[in-house]
Amino acid sequence: MAVAILRQGDYLIASIRSDLTDGQLLALRDDLSERVGAQRIRGVIVDVRALDVIDSFMARSLSSIAQTARLRGAEMVIVGIQPDVAIAMVQFDLNLELLRATLDLDEALGLLDQLVTHG
Amino acid sequence: MASQTEGAGAQRRDAPGLDGPLLHQLVAHLHEQRGDLREEWARRITDAQLLRAMTPQEIFSEVTAVYDNYVTALETGSVETLQAYARDLSERIIPRGVETHEVLGIVLLLRDVLARSLFEHYQSDFQLLNRILDAYEPAANRIAVTVGVSFVEERERVIREQQEAIRELSTPVLQVRERLLILPIIGVLDSQRARQLTEQLLGAIQDNRAKVVVIDITGVAAIDLTVANHLVQTVEAARLMGASAIITGLSSKIAQTLVDLGVDLGMMRTVGDLQGGLEEAERVLGVRSSLGESGSQPG
Repeated sequence: MAVAILRQGDYLIASIRSDLTDGQLLALRDDLSERVGAQRIRGVIVDVRALDVIDSFMARSLSSIAQTARLRGAEMVIVGIQPDVAIAMVQFDLNLELLRATLDLDEALGLLDQLVTHG
Repeated sequence: MASQTEGAGAQRRDAPGLDGPLLHQLVAHLHEQRGDLREEWARRITDAQLLRAMTPQEIFSEVTAVYDNYVTALETGSVETLQAYARDLSERIIPRGVETHEVLGIVLLLRDVLARSLFEHYQSDFQLLNRILDAYEPAANRIAVTVGVSFVEERERVIREQQEAIRELSTPVLQVRERLLILPIIGVLDSQRARQLTEQLLGAIQDNRAKVVVIDITGVAAIDLTVANHLVQTVEAARLMGASAIITGLSSKIAQTLVDLGVDLGMMRTVGDLQGGLEEAERVLGVRSSLGESGSQPG
């Protein structure tokens, strides 16, 4: 299983374990979007710590997951983008403004708590 | 004259041999007139307002050395000694602000001074003058090129060394307090250094679990479009690592440049000076931990 999705209270934590094919990525998007609505999820955390590469399709998909989640009533935070990956991502010339990111899971949970309560 | 139809390399070896007697005569003339010609040359250098960074005594002593080397180069057809001297001279005068046009100017002046003297000396025999000039001109031009190229090469070497020195100046990423880093940038920012900076910064963010980074560019004199975009990318990359960046110390010139270039500053949080930047950073950190308002929300 390339992606493990855990539920923690009102939050979903999707941990990407290895590189995803484009098809798997789209499946992940649909799956998350479905669950957000069905399980009354308020926040989604996508952990990409294990990824050495995030290509432009993946970056765009993550951004669209964030957008979709927001439309369904949940905030999304990305966790664990590696330095090299960050450098590569900002060179795609994509609009990543919708992507929120934190260094680790603790930070992400804290940020979601703030966003959901105050945001 | 065979020397004119052959390549430069052949000319260099053959010129003295082919025109042996003539060249000998030419060199003898230059030796004989050494005193006058040196003075004439030094005078014309001063008249042309070249080498103003040097005193007349210095000019005269360099003039003497170059003159002798020049005549030797004419005599032997070998420019190595002159080349070495030109490198050495360049090394001494470059730090004093002597420009390329000055060096080329004085070498061409010497060529002219010597040519005039030849005209004067051989004015009675036009045929002979022609043959003397045939021997003199190619050698003189080659010497001029050698000196000019030596100077430029020396200059480029100095520039390269300085660039490397600047690049090697490590840019420290400093931790001010928990979760707050400062990155002071000083000197010239080119693409390579900007990329290196970004890598260092992101590494430090990860290692120190930084939440806020203050990038201070007070020490950066100028910025171009490429570097400005690098800066924007650095801020964006830091955000993807979960840290918000505050830029401080934008000079009015750089601010103007950024606006003129149309760089997208939407993502950049800027504060006037480092002190203000630190206060802002503390505020972001403080607000976060106590009240729980998000500081990493995009603009």
